Amino acid sequence: MTASDLTVGEVVAERDFTLIRDTLVRYAGASGDFNAIHYRDDIAQSVGLPGVLAHGMLTMGFAVQPVVDWIGDPGRVLDYQVRFTRPVPVDATDGALVSVVAKVGALEEAAVRIDLTVTFDGQTVLGKAQVRVSIA
Amino acid sequence: MFPPAAPYLVGREKIREFSRAVFATSPLSTDVAAARAAGYDDLVAPPTFPVVIQEHTLQQLLAEPDSGIDFGRVVHGDQRFTFTRPIIAGDELTATLTVASVKSLGGHSMVTAESSIVDAAGEHVVTAISTLVVRGDE
Repeated sequence: MTASDLTVGEVVAERDFTLIRDTLVRYAGASGDFNAIHYRDDIAQSVGLPGVLAHGMLTMGFAVQPVVDWIGDPGRVLDYQVRFTRPVPVDATDGALVSVVAKVGALEEAAVRIDLTVTFDGQTVLGKAQVRVSIA
Repeated sequence: MFPPAAPYLVGREKIREFSRAVFATSPLSTDVAAARAAGYDDLVAPPTFPVVIQEHTLQQLLAEPDSGIDFGRVVHGDQRFTFTRPIIAGDELTATLTVASVKSLGGHSMVTAESSIVDAAGEHVVTAISTLVVRGDE
Protein backbone atom coordinates (compact mmCIF):
# COMPACT_ATOMS: atom_id res chain seq x y z
CA MET A 1 0.00 0.00 0.00
CA THR A 2 1.19 3.54 -0.72
CA ALA A 3 -0.19 6.93 0.30
CA SER A 4 -1.69 7.34 -3.19
CA ASP A 5 -4.07 4.43 -2.48
CA LEU A 6 -5.64 6.41 0.38
CA THR A 7 -7.74 9.54 0.68
CA VAL A 8 -7.98 11.85 3.69
CA GLY A 9 -11.34 11.27 5.38
CA GLU A 10 -11.72 7.72 4.08
CA VAL A 11 -12.96 5.18 6.67
CA VAL A 12 -10.44 2.33 6.84
CA ALA A 13 -11.94 0.30 9.70
CA GLU A 14 -14.81 0.22 12.15
CA ARG A 15 -15.74 -2.14 14.95
CA ASP A 16 -18.02 -2.28 18.01
CA PHE A 17 -16.79 -3.62 21.35
CA THR A 18 -19.02 -4.93 24.13
CA LEU A 19 -17.53 -4.45 27.58
CA ILE A 20 -18.84 -6.34 30.59
CA ARG A 21 -17.55 -6.41 34.17
CA ASP A 22 -15.52 -9.53 33.34
CA THR A 23 -13.72 -7.51 30.65
CA LEU A 24 -12.59 -5.00 33.29
CA VAL A 25 -11.38 -7.69 35.72
CA ARG A 26 -9.45 -9.36 32.90
CA TYR A 27 -7.86 -6.02 31.92
CA ALA A 28 -6.99 -5.24 35.56
CA GLY A 29 -5.08 -8.52 35.81
CA ALA A 30 -3.35 -8.17 32.45
CA SER A 31 -2.30 -4.54 32.95
CA GLY A 32 -1.61 -4.45 36.69
CA ASP A 33 -4.03 -1.55 37.22
CA PHE A 34 -6.03 -2.69 40.25
CA ASN A 35 -7.74 0.61 41.04
CA ALA A 36 -10.98 -0.58 42.69
CA ILE A 37 -13.17 1.97 40.85
CA HIS A 38 -12.91 -0.46 37.93
CA TYR A 39 -14.56 -3.39 39.75
CA ARG A 40 -16.39 -2.12 42.87
CA ASP A 41 -19.49 0.07 42.64
CA ASP A 42 -19.34 1.03 46.33
CA ILE A 43 -15.81 2.40 46.00
CA ALA A 44 -16.61 4.16 42.70
CA GLN A 45 -19.64 5.79 44.32
CA SER A 46 -17.62 6.83 47.40
CA VAL A 47 -15.48 9.06 45.13
CA GLY A 48 -18.53 10.57 43.40
CA LEU A 49 -18.76 8.34 40.32
CA PRO A 50 -22.05 6.78 39.14
CA GLY A 51 -20.53 3.30 39.38
CA VAL A 52 -17.76 1.12 37.97
CA LEU A 53 -15.92 2.66 34.98
CA ALA A 54 -13.82 1.05 32.27
CA HIS A 55 -10.08 1.72 32.57
CA GLY A 56 -9.19 4.55 30.18
CA MET A 57 -6.22 2.45 29.09
CA LEU A 58 -8.57 -0.44 28.24
CA THR A 59 -10.49 1.84 25.88
CA MET A 60 -7.19 3.09 24.41
CA GLY A 61 -6.06 -0.54 24.10
CA PHE A 62 -8.99 -1.87 22.07
CA ALA A 63 -9.67 1.33 20.09
CA VAL A 64 -6.43 0.82 18.13
CA GLN A 65 -7.20 -2.81 17.24
CA PRO A 66 -9.29 -2.10 14.10
CA VAL A 67 -6.27 -0.12 12.80
CA VAL A 68 -3.85 -2.96 13.67
CA ASP A 69 -6.06 -5.42 11.78
CA TRP A 70 -6.35 -3.06 8.81
CA ILE A 71 -2.56 -2.57 8.55
CA GLY A 72 -1.97 -6.24 9.45
CA ASP A 73 0.90 -5.76 11.91
CA PRO A 74 0.97 -4.21 15.42
CA GLY A 75 4.68 -3.44 14.82
CA ARG A 76 3.71 -0.82 12.21
CA VAL A 77 2.34 1.51 14.89
CA LEU A 78 4.87 4.35 15.24
CA ASP A 79 2.93 6.63 17.58
CA TYR A 80 -0.42 6.43 19.36
CA GLN A 81 -1.99 9.11 21.53
CA VAL A 82 -5.38 9.82 23.13
CA ARG A 83 -7.01 12.23 25.57
CA PHE A 84 -9.48 10.75 28.02
CA THR A 85 -12.44 13.11 27.72
CA ARG A 86 -15.41 11.17 29.12
CA PRO A 87 -15.66 8.04 31.29
CA VAL A 88 -17.29 4.78 30.13
CA PRO A 89 -19.58 3.41 32.87
CA VAL A 90 -20.00 -0.37 32.62
CA ASP A 91 -23.36 -1.53 33.95
CA ALA A 92 -23.25 -4.81 35.93
CA THR A 93 -25.99 -6.42 33.85
CA ASP A 94 -26.09 -4.51 30.55
CA GLY A 95 -22.36 -3.80 30.11
CA ALA A 96 -21.35 -1.01 27.69
CA LEU A 97 -21.17 -0.88 23.90
CA VAL A 98 -18.27 1.24 22.54
CA SER A 99 -17.96 2.00 18.82
CA VAL A 100 -14.73 2.78 16.98
CA VAL A 101 -14.47 4.41 13.54
CA ALA A 102 -10.98 4.85 12.03
CA LYS A 103 -10.45 7.41 9.27
CA VAL A 104 -7.42 8.63 7.37
CA GLY A 105 -6.38 11.92 9.02
CA ALA A 106 -3.20 12.81 7.12
CA LEU A 107 -0.87 11.24 4.58
CA GLU A 108 2.92 11.25 4.57
CA GLU A 109 5.28 9.51 2.16
CA ALA A 110 5.91 6.46 4.33
CA ALA A 111 3.30 6.83 7.07
CA VAL A 112 -0.36 7.60 7.53
CA ARG A 113 -2.14 9.21 10.45
CA ILE A 114 -5.39 7.51 11.36
CA ASP A 115 -7.89 9.44 13.47
CA LEU A 116 -10.18 7.45 15.74
CA THR A 117 -13.72 8.38 16.73
CA VAL A 118 -14.64 6.40 19.82
CA THR A 119 -18.19 6.72 21.11
CA PHE A 120 -20.30 5.38 23.96
CA ASP A 121 -23.98 6.23 24.29
CA GLY A 122 -23.77 8.68 21.37
CA GLN A 123 -20.89 10.73 22.87
CA THR A 124 -17.17 10.62 22.14
CA VAL A 125 -15.05 9.30 25.02
CA LEU A 126 -11.57 9.93 23.58
CA GLY A 127 -10.22 13.19 22.19
CA LYS A 128 -7.34 13.67 19.74
CA ALA A 129 -7.12 9.88 19.30
CA GLN A 130 -4.45 9.55 16.62
CA VAL A 131 -2.42 6.56 15.43
CA ARG A 132 0.56 7.01 13.12
CA VAL A 133 1.34 3.83 11.18
CA SER A 134 4.16 2.97 8.82
CA ILE A 135 3.20 2.08 5.26
CA ALA A 136 6.82 1.78 4.12
CA MET B 1 14.42 11.93 37.19
CA PHE B 2 13.95 8.68 39.13
CA PRO B 3 16.38 5.75 39.23
CA PRO B 4 15.62 3.14 36.50
CA ALA B 5 12.95 0.60 37.49
CA ALA B 6 13.94 -3.08 37.79
CA PRO B 7 14.32 -4.73 34.35
CA TYR B 8 11.11 -6.25 32.96
CA LEU B 9 11.35 -9.50 30.96
CA VAL B 10 8.56 -9.62 28.36
CA GLY B 11 6.98 -13.07 28.38
CA ARG B 12 5.13 -14.72 25.52
CA GLU B 13 2.21 -15.67 27.73
CA LYS B 14 2.03 -12.12 29.11
CA ILE B 15 1.69 -10.81 25.54
CA ARG B 16 -1.06 -13.39 24.89
CA GLU B 17 -2.83 -12.46 28.14
CA PHE B 18 -2.65 -8.72 27.39
CA SER B 19 -3.76 -9.27 23.78
CA ARG B 20 -6.87 -11.09 24.94
CA ALA B 21 -7.62 -8.33 27.48
CA VAL B 22 -7.62 -5.61 24.75
CA PHE B 23 -9.49 -7.67 22.11
CA ALA B 24 -6.36 -7.92 19.93
CA THR B 25 -6.90 -10.41 17.12
CA SER B 26 -3.63 -10.04 15.18
CA PRO B 27 -1.98 -13.47 14.86
CA LEU B 28 1.39 -11.70 15.24
CA SER B 29 0.53 -11.20 18.93
CA THR B 30 -0.56 -14.79 19.62
CA ASP B 31 1.02 -17.16 17.06
CA VAL B 32 4.83 -17.44 17.10
CA ALA B 33 4.95 -18.97 13.61
CA ALA B 34 2.91 -16.05 12.20
CA ALA B 35 5.19 -13.51 13.93
CA ARG B 36 8.30 -15.26 12.55
CA ALA B 37 6.79 -15.42 9.06
CA ALA B 38 6.35 -11.63 9.29
CA GLY B 39 10.05 -11.22 10.13
CA TYR B 40 9.94 -10.91 13.93
CA ASP B 41 11.93 -13.06 16.38
CA ASP B 42 8.85 -13.76 18.53
CA LEU B 43 5.35 -12.45 19.40
CA VAL B 44 4.75 -8.73 18.83
CA ALA B 45 3.09 -6.90 21.73
CA PRO B 46 -0.06 -4.81 21.11
CA PRO B 47 0.60 -1.04 20.88
CA THR B 48 -0.54 -0.22 24.43
CA PHE B 49 1.47 -3.03 26.09
CA PRO B 50 4.13 -0.55 27.36
CA VAL B 51 1.53 0.49 29.96
CA VAL B 52 2.44 -2.70 31.87
CA ILE B 53 6.00 -1.40 32.24
CA GLN B 54 4.93 2.21 32.73
CA GLU B 55 2.70 1.06 35.60
CA HIS B 56 5.84 0.08 37.58
CA THR B 57 7.41 3.52 37.10
CA LEU B 58 4.20 5.36 38.04
CA GLN B 59 4.14 3.35 41.28
CA GLN B 60 7.56 4.91 42.03
CA LEU B 61 6.05 8.36 41.54
CA LEU B 62 2.94 7.70 43.62
CA ALA B 63 5.02 6.10 46.39
CA GLU B 64 7.19 9.23 46.66
CA PRO B 65 6.31 10.61 50.13
CA ASP B 66 6.67 14.27 49.09
CA SER B 67 5.04 13.91 45.67
CA GLY B 68 1.86 15.21 47.32
CA ILE B 69 -0.12 12.92 45.02
CA ASP B 70 -3.11 11.18 46.57
CA PHE B 71 -3.85 8.15 44.37
CA GLY B 72 -7.59 8.45 45.08
CA ARG B 73 -7.62 11.89 43.44
CA VAL B 74 -5.68 10.98 40.31
CA VAL B 75 -7.45 10.95 36.95
CA HIS B 76 -5.68 9.91 33.76
CA GLY B 77 -5.75 12.93 31.42
CA ASP B 78 -3.93 11.72 28.35
CA GLN B 79 -1.53 9.07 27.15
CA ARG B 80 0.93 8.69 24.32
CA PHE B 81 3.33 5.99 23.12
CA THR B 82 6.13 6.84 20.68
CA PHE B 83 7.93 3.80 19.27
CA THR B 84 11.39 3.30 17.83
CA ARG B 85 10.49 -0.38 17.41
CA PRO B 86 7.73 -2.68 18.71
CA ILE B 87 8.08 -4.71 21.93
CA ILE B 88 8.85 -8.39 21.19
CA ALA B 89 8.56 -11.38 23.55
CA GLY B 90 11.96 -12.02 25.11
CA ASP B 91 12.86 -8.31 25.37
CA GLU B 92 14.37 -7.27 28.68
CA LEU B 93 13.21 -3.69 29.14
CA THR B 94 14.23 -0.99 31.57
CA ALA B 95 12.11 2.09 32.16
CA THR B 96 13.32 5.41 33.52
CA LEU B 97 10.74 7.89 34.74
CA THR B 98 11.08 11.64 34.38
CA VAL B 99 8.53 14.14 35.64
CA ALA B 100 8.52 16.45 32.66
CA SER B 101 6.19 19.12 34.00
CA VAL B 102 3.83 20.05 36.82
CA LYS B 103 1.19 22.67 36.09
CA SER B 104 -1.61 24.08 38.21
CA LEU B 105 -4.94 24.70 36.55
CA GLY B 106 -7.96 25.94 38.48
CA GLY B 107 -7.18 24.11 41.73
CA HIS B 108 -6.09 20.93 39.96
CA SER B 109 -2.54 20.00 39.18
CA MET B 110 -1.40 18.29 36.01
CA VAL B 111 1.67 16.08 36.20
CA THR B 112 3.30 14.94 32.98
CA ALA B 113 5.31 11.76 33.55
CA GLU B 114 7.52 10.37 30.84
CA SER B 115 8.85 6.77 30.94
CA SER B 116 11.67 6.08 28.52
CA ILE B 117 11.93 2.34 27.86
CA VAL B 118 15.15 0.79 26.53
CA ASP B 119 16.18 -2.79 25.72
CA ALA B 120 19.04 -4.85 27.22
CA ALA B 121 21.50 -3.20 24.80
CA GLY B 122 20.37 0.24 26.00
CA GLU B 123 18.66 1.02 22.67
CA HIS B 124 15.42 3.01 22.79
CA VAL B 125 12.23 0.99 22.23
CA VAL B 126 9.34 3.25 23.25
CA THR B 127 8.55 6.31 25.33
CA ALA B 128 5.29 6.35 27.29
CA ILE B 129 3.97 9.78 28.27
CA SER B 130 1.10 10.17 30.74
CA THR B 131 -0.60 13.27 32.00
CA LEU B 132 -2.17 12.71 35.39
CA VAL B 133 -4.71 15.19 36.69
CA VAL B 134 -4.72 15.47 40.47
CA ARG B 135 -8.01 16.94 41.64
CA GLY B 136 -7.68 19.66 44.26
CA ASP B 137 -9.71 19.91 47.50
CA GLU B 138 -13.36 20.58 46.76
